[in-house]
Amino acid sequence: MFGFFLRRLGLLIPTFIGVTLVSFLFIRLLPGDPIIAMAGERGVTPQRYQELVQQFGFDKPMMLQYFDYLRGVLHGDLGTSITTKRPVLAEFRNLFPATLELSICAIILAVALGIPAGVVAAVKRGSWIDQTLMGTALVGYSMPIFWWGLLLIIFFSGYLGWTPVSGRISLMYFFPPVTGFMLIDSLLSGQQGAFSSAVSHLILPSIVLATIPLAVIARQTRSAMLEVLGEDYVRTARSKGLAPFRVIGIHALRNALIPVVTTIGLQIGVLMAGAILTETIFSWPGVGKWMVDAVFKRDYPVVQGGLLLIAGIIMIVNLLVDVAYGFINPRVRK
Amino acid sequence: MKKLALLLAASALASAFATSAWSKTLVYCSEGSPEGFDPGLSESGTTFDASSKTVYNRLVEFKRGTTDVVPGLAESWTVSPDGLVYTFKLRKGVKFQTTDYFTPTRDFNADDVIFTFDRMSNKDNPFHTYVNGGDYTYYADMSLPKLIKSWEKVDDNTVKLTLTTPNSPMLADLAMDFASIMSKEYADKLISDKNLLQLNQKPLGTGPFTFVAYQQDAVIRYKANPDYWDGKQKIDDLIFAITPDAAVRMQRLKAGECQVANAPSPADIPGLKADKSLTVMEQPGLNIGYLAYNTTQPPFDKPEVRKALNMAINKKGILEAVYPGIGEIAKNPIPPTMWSYDNKVEDDKYDPAAAKAMLEKAGVKDLKMKIWAMPVARPYNPNARRMAELIQADFAKVGVGVEIVSYDWTQYLKLAADPKHDGAVLAGWTGDNGDPDNFMTPLLSCDAVGSGNKAAWCDKEFSDVVKKAAAVSDKAERTKLYEQAQVIFKAQAPWATIAHSLVVLPMSSKVKGYLQDPLGSHRFDGVDIEN
Repeated sequence: MFGFFLRRLGLLIPTFIGVTLVSFLFIRLLPGDPIIAMAGERGVTPQRYQELVQQFGFDKPMMLQYFDYLRGVLHGDLGTSITTKRPVLAEFRNLFPATLELSICAIILAVALGIPAGVVAAVKRGSWIDQTLMGTALVGYSMPIFWWGLLLIIFFSGYLGWTPVSGRISLMYFFPPVTGFMLIDSLLSGQQGAFSSAVSHLILPSIVLATIPLAVIARQTRSAMLEVLGEDYVRTARSKGLAPFRVIGIHALRNALIPVVTTIGLQIGVLMAGAILTETIFSWPGVGKWMVDAVFKRDYPVVQGGLLLIAGIIMIVNLLVDVAYGFINPRVRK
Repeated sequence: MKKLALLLAASALASAFATSAWSKTLVYCSEGSPEGFDPGLSESGTTFDASSKTVYNRLVEFKRGTTDVVPGLAESWTVSPDGLVYTFKLRKGVKFQTTDYFTPTRDFNADDVIFTFDRMSNKDNPFHTYVNGGDYTYYADMSLPKLIKSWEKVDDNTVKLTLTTPNSPMLADLAMDFASIMSKEYADKLISDKNLLQLNQKPLGTGPFTFVAYQQDAVIRYKANPDYWDGKQKIDDLIFAITPDAAVRMQRLKAGECQVANAPSPADIPGLKADKSLTVMEQPGLNIGYLAYNTTQPPFDKPEVRKALNMAINKKGILEAVYPGIGEIAKNPIPPTMWSYDNKVEDDKYDPAAAKAMLEKAGVKDLKMKIWAMPVARPYNPNARRMAELIQADFAKVGVGVEIVSYDWTQYLKLAADPKHDGAVLAGWTGDNGDPDNFMTPLLSCDAVGSGNKAAWCDKEFSDVVKKAAAVSDKAERTKLYEQAQVIFKAQAPWATIAHSLVVLPMSSKVKGYLQDPLGSHRFDGVDIEN
């Protein structure tokens, strides 16, 4: 198992170098640059443009710029945002807990509802329950996140007044961040009502962000379960007179979970993509919106650094999924 | 489900009670995050709202709700007869804010003024390049490095500004956000702490509100400055709730999560007006949306062709479709609320038949052209694509074929500024300081070809008149010169002037004393809120 882990870990090194190169090139291949973006309608005279190009070091050969960047990365310096003039790593550290908190809530919601929905649909295959569940999953999967989020806000926050419109906590609560996770910080603050306010602010964005992964997990669970339920050993278990709950919950589901776990791992990337829109709608101060703004402003260090960090996190999550997979199915360790 | 609903409702109710218990807190739903808190480093209105308009003052200020320049930290000033020397008498007894990160030991004085401008102009000042890639862009864009010869301290309460050439818009320039006065004492402390970056992160000024905290991309908190020289503000706490999506900002306003919300979408305005708990303020914006022909490219190098095309555009139709209830037709390059606006200028009459005849007379047949449509909504043009389509249909009626092109916004800005671009560009402008020079020079002068002058129009007569107007100090004389410039502009028609948009700002009816700023910024000094 340890050798398997090391092999997987070794694969990360070329991937990491590839990501630095792709993230460096990606933003530079887009037309326009930060100087033009900053100047806006006023424009910038060619002479001033040259001055600024020199100041930012964009006049250096591309390879040299890349090696400067790589050297910085290896020293733990991802550069300074051109827009806010703050270190990229510090900004990421400020914002990432918000994205992570939201993503964790969303994935818990997606797993907690998606797997049972998939199991029920598989067991009741072809029934109206199966059709309703899978139809709903298809609608959820195809739902434009922006529209879905606004719809929920207008109905639950605007019309019913049950949930707050946006933000992470009511503005009346003010405490310095300790962990960056609002649920934990609100508890640590000791302020009455802070935790419930944080929970109420998480409900709608979690539902919106969970919608697509939930649909995918439900559909994947259903098809994996259907496959497993047709296996001989399940038939044997049934014929032995085991309770249906044990047959489905223990014998079938455990084996069906292998592809589902992989799917859940892959949803981390989907969550990151969904976070961009969810964070914009719900004024959620996370890294998704931060990155999109940086792309529009051609803030090279933020885009490079942000992509690298997010890619690094996804790589680590995938590694953990691989390891978990190795635990569930010993054959893949070979 | 019922229990969950009850729980949620109880939590919402608790929040509502808590909110009402606040004493005089005003929450503003702003559209974005500030780039930082040193206004000298930025060109963004969002940053100015969060820094210069709240925390800082300038030597001279724009009077609330107007573009009139009034005394600020300078209580009076004199200008030498040759227009080259400005002497400012500074206000005495003005205190810098006391915060948990700095306690001032002295009042504001001439050293602070000298430091403020020295950091922008002197390459040896430690704060000149204190942030990586940071730059005093606005200061440079207003040509101040060329215009300012020196700042001198005469005594603790007097400073002298010497110019290289007379420049009437100078006072208005000094009222702009980038000229906010910083504390030298605070800057010196940051140098000794080796923490220069803090100047851009934790601001300290003499303004109406004291900075408390900023949670990135989420909330900025201020409290009323108890020592403010113009009296303590009526609201105790000011909060900027950063809400990037326009529809969500309006939902927050309706739900009472904020009391003022910036930049509604045009489509939301009728609904906001119908809401009795809200007041919707409107004001003509100091802006213009226009179509700039590339005047170096045939056949647009002929004024009669540009004029004929202008006559083919149905501006009324555009106004109804693109600016529903939030705009007015533009005929001059400056908006009607600006001094020196020449109302005698006659707009090109919408007359497709006459336009077609004029084009034929000019020898233009089967013209195919490009119209550039911005990919983003701007305050002066909420829907450039739609506008381009309407102009395309109008031009088709006079036999001109239009291909609409668009690029990513930064690419658009870059290519449109290049005098070699193909066709006509939809563009626009929002004024910086209320001076007509701020429209005429950056958008239409020969010097601005290759940057802000998207028509690449270099008319010597026009440029000379505008240059002369900037150099004389008599307002009546300047007015005459700008009127003359508008006549030349209309005759030469480098642009089709399309519209000036209204700036709309919805707020809770509980907000009292708010005055809309014609320059588009958001000021909360002098504002009150009913409990």
